Amino acid sequence: MPTTNKPTEVNAAEPTTMSAYFKARPNLIRIIAVTAFFIFWEFAGRQGNELFMSYPSAIMVAAWVITLEGTLIEAFIASMVPFAIGMAISIVGGIAFGVIMARIWLFEYIIDPYVNALYAIPRLALVPLITLIAGLGLGGKTTIIVSIAIFPIIINTYAGMKDVRGSLLEIGQVFGASERQIFFKIVLPYAIPFIMAGIRLAVGLGIIGMVVAELFTAVTGLGGLIVRYANAFATDRLFVPIVVTAIMGVLITQFVQFLEYRLSRWRVLERERTAQ
Amino acid sequence: MSEVAAENGVMVSVNNVVKRFKVRETETSEADESGMMTALDDVSLEVKTGEFLSLLGPSGCGKTTLLRMAAGLLEADSGEILIGGIPVREPRKDACMVFQDFGLLPWRTVLDNICFPLEIDGVSKVERENTSQQYLDLVGLRGFEGHFPHELSGGMQQRVGIARALMRQPILLLMDEPFGALDAQTREQLQEDFLEIWQNLKTTVLFVTHSIDESLAVSDRVVVFTQRPGKIKRIIESPVAGDRMGSDVRSNPEFVSARAEIRAMLRSER
Repeated sequence: MPTTNKPTEVNAAEPTTMSAYFKARPNLIRIIAVTAFFIFWEFAGRQGNELFMSYPSAIMVAAWVITLEGTLIEAFIASMVPFAIGMAISIVGGIAFGVIMARIWLFEYIIDPYVNALYAIPRLALVPLITLIAGLGLGGKTTIIVSIAIFPIIINTYAGMKDVRGSLLEIGQVFGASERQIFFKIVLPYAIPFIMAGIRLAVGLGIIGMVVAELFTAVTGLGGLIVRYANAFATDRLFVPIVVTAIMGVLITQFVQFLEYRLSRWRVLERERTAQ
Repeated sequence: MSEVAAENGVMVSVNNVVKRFKVRETETSEADESGMMTALDDVSLEVKTGEFLSLLGPSGCGKTTLLRMAAGLLEADSGEILIGGIPVREPRKDACMVFQDFGLLPWRTVLDNICFPLEIDGVSKVERENTSQQYLDLVGLRGFEGHFPHELSGGMQQRVGIARALMRQPILLLMDEPFGALDAQTREQLQEDFLEIWQNLKTTVLFVTHSIDESLAVSDRVVVFTQRPGKIKRIIESPVAGDRMGSDVRSNPEFVSARAEIRAMLRSER
């Protein structure tokens, strides 16, 4: 505002520095907000009925107890086995599927409607069918996880391979690269940021799949603990597997995000540069 | 490689090349009834071994089309292009290209970009990195091996492009407006630096540009194209051909008159 005179500017500067101080420190705001939330929960929770709502200190005690019992670790491992297998199949299979879809037009034309249809319907609707076919054990659980987690990987791999600019492919052609060399040295490296983003999305979905599988099939793992404690009205214990699942999700996603950043740095920097 | 090139001292011969493209009717009025537009109409020329030849003309005159055909990226509708006496059917490994937009792979470092052609050839990592040292020095990129393209200025990126094209010791360099995307100062600096490299290597160069000054300053001969359909209007010997280095060629009176002549020629085209 060019018409503003000097004194007004000085007056206006006072509150601006206050808000600027907090604006520049998002973590400070977050810590204050989270602390306030926990304090409120602690006091409000103690007033209510313990059968329906627990509170932080009780949850921490419950976590300690079921950790010492070994229940928590056992459930965690029981959950991780199908999760790890399911994610491995989703990553390898999703990339392979996406690559084949992008490379072989006949396959793309035939498969495309099924991928889109399966992607569009809520995959949870398939869980009863999957348990009928694949059973209630490890096979059924892994299938449920794959059925949910594989789609973002297929779709992102496909999108990344289709997105390669003609001018990049031409570099390969001009220097006499074979089809195979163009694929491994140009198309695939170009698609890696897309694939990594797909994997990051798949991790979140895979955790949902893991818990869902444990609720609907043989009741085991972290999801099984949730069912068991809810049925027993042990609300304090009920929160423990929920929190563990949340922490697991955050840690794995962070790890994938770190890998994604490392492998896609060129893309981020290139975008920043063209934006300048 | 130099044996094939030795034939009659002619590196590239373009023989009666015709190229037509299909266009949408609304796109241009130059299309004929069948919706075809003639980009190159019966073009013939020869590039001598060791010569630096420029293709000059307004945009759309087909000069880039001709270069892309020499690179084996496009096929002529009739006529043929011979490199070292052999008709071009696909990209040749000994005819390397320098791109207008630099054509670097953004996820590769400078070193890995330069080594790309030898990687395609299956040369071992140690060997190709050894070879690269010489060309890193030649284009002045020593110390930038680990940088990514987006960390470099346009001029530096094109130095990478030039070093990469030289890695195979090609018999022919195909340059598609290589300095067109650079600002005026960087452009002149790169012209000068590239000339110095060229005078040491004496590689044959086919150079596309739309800048009259650039064509006269860098090349031995300038092929002036007409507007669509692309035909050769005239071939001019650069008056400063023997004396390009170290002096300010642009103020040379013969340079000035040659420039005026070409400008008049291109103007009469409109």
